[in-house]
Amino acid sequence: MTTHPTPALISRYAAGADGVDDATVWAVEAHLESCAACRALLTGAVDPGTRDLLDRVADGIAAGITAGPAPAPRRRLRRTGVAVRVLPWLAVAAGLVLAAVLFELTFHSLPSLVLLVAPVAPLLPVAAAWSRRTDPAWELLATVPRAGLWLLLRRTLAVLAAVVPILAVAGWWTGHSPALWLLPCLAFTAGSLALGGLVRVDRAALALVALWSGAVVIPSLAGDRLPAVLSAGSWPGWVAVTVVLVAVVAFRAADHRRLGAGQI
Amino acid sequence: MMRAVSAAEIAPTTHAWAVHAEKLVVRAGRHLAVNGLDLALDTGVHGLLGPNGAGKTTLMRALATVVKPAGGRLSVLGVDVTGRGDLRRMRRGLGYLPQHFGFYPRFTVREFVEYMAWLKEMPKSDIPGAVQRAIDRVGLTDRADSRMKTLSGGMLRRAGIAQAIVNDPRVLLLDEPTVGLDPEQRLDFRELLRDIGSDSCVLVSTHLVEDVAAACTDVVLVNAGRLVWQGTTAELAGRGGADAAGDSATERGYSALLRAHRGQVSA
Repeated sequence: MTTHPTPALISRYAAGADGVDDATVWAVEAHLESCAACRALLTGAVDPGTRDLLDRVADGIAAGITAGPAPAPRRRLRRTGVAVRVLPWLAVAAGLVLAAVLFELTFHSLPSLVLLVAPVAPLLPVAAAWSRRTDPAWELLATVPRAGLWLLLRRTLAVLAAVVPILAVAGWWTGHSPALWLLPCLAFTAGSLALGGLVRVDRAALALVALWSGAVVIPSLAGDRLPAVLSAGSWPGWVAVTVVLVAVVAFRAADHRRLGAGQI
Repeated sequence: MMRAVSAAEIAPTTHAWAVHAEKLVVRAGRHLAVNGLDLALDTGVHGLLGPNGAGKTTLMRALATVVKPAGGRLSVLGVDVTGRGDLRRMRRGLGYLPQHFGFYPRFTVREFVEYMAWLKEMPKSDIPGAVQRAIDRVGLTDRADSRMKTLSGGMLRRAGIAQAIVNDPRVLLLDEPTVGLDPEQRLDFRELLRDIGSDSCVLVSTHLVEDVAAACTDVVLVNAGRLVWQGTTAELAGRGGADAAGDSATERGYSALLRAHRGQVSA
């Protein structure tokens, strides 16, 4: 509970009269900063000359504020400066998905290219979002407290927010169930983050792209049929894999504190 | 009432040295660039001197937690950075200017320093003021709203210094900060160093001996990944005999110490 200074003390304080010791002056000042009622009392207590001076100062400052430059607007988008660098890779991913859709609509006999491309579509932009090659300020980024899993997740989610709608349109166009393109896509993204803690995210993502292309895409194009992992009943497996990989990412969060994973 | 001082600022220091390395080994690729280095630094401006390839930049990178040391012990601000120490807390008190200062060309100086302040987890309300102050301190006030790609080499270097000092770091690591600065700017920069060094640990890597003589209280001389000598600037100047190479007393001291160390190693 604050005790307000008496009006008599305030008027003595305002007049700068003797008899008010320093400690009392500080206490009154500290109180006045937070108490509007006592400030009102103070206004009545100061002499007209001082009040006139304060009015002129206030008017001058107000005029200066209106005439001066406007405060710089906060541009939030600029914050993600990396976005510009990732855009070309997002375009590549979008182009890949579009090509897959056109291919699928043209050649009905081939296995669904959309399903084959979907798992790895976000990996190129994810690699670009957390790579030394695409981030000119990576050496600074490696030394900041915010570097780590959360910053990586922010960038990964930004990439997913761009890629998933493209895949959604492609999936709807070609009439595939979301479970078959969304779940593999999330599983591979989580996989590249989990593996990236050990070997750097960009390398992990590229390795997964190579692995998927070599082990699944090329054999299924050659054999002219979709692999069992992309059949309609495979979704519980993808859910399980995604959950496990997300758990690994969360458990190994400390791996991402150093951008370089120990190497230059 | 508003708090003037945060609890973190008045927390007692629980470490003996701001930077403490024991038998530190750091790799640069396959090469051991820092090999068994012992170093203890406290408040003040320390000049890191050494010939090309002595391991200065690799040492700076290890101190800045960019690379993980391959062996030995290294603690910065009391946090053991070789193990699983609390890197995040330590990094909040760190300022670093790399030798190759990478930046976002489309950002203005203010945006870049703001972004770095955000990455350094400064309180949101402190950022605009701290950014303006950092830009003022390096003398870039009139270019604060220019895009980074329009700046000259010396201005970029100063923008780099601004981002390093924006969080009032307790350990400030500057790798070749005076490259591209003109003589007048170098004078201002030395003034800034002395100012910051009065209550933080500043380590300036350079091969310009005159910068060290003018701005540093203390000299750390490294060669081939090891500590050769550590002492005050005046002691370094006193080490040079009349026959040592160099134009100033400090340069003569530098070359005499280096020659003596090379003699020891080869003997």
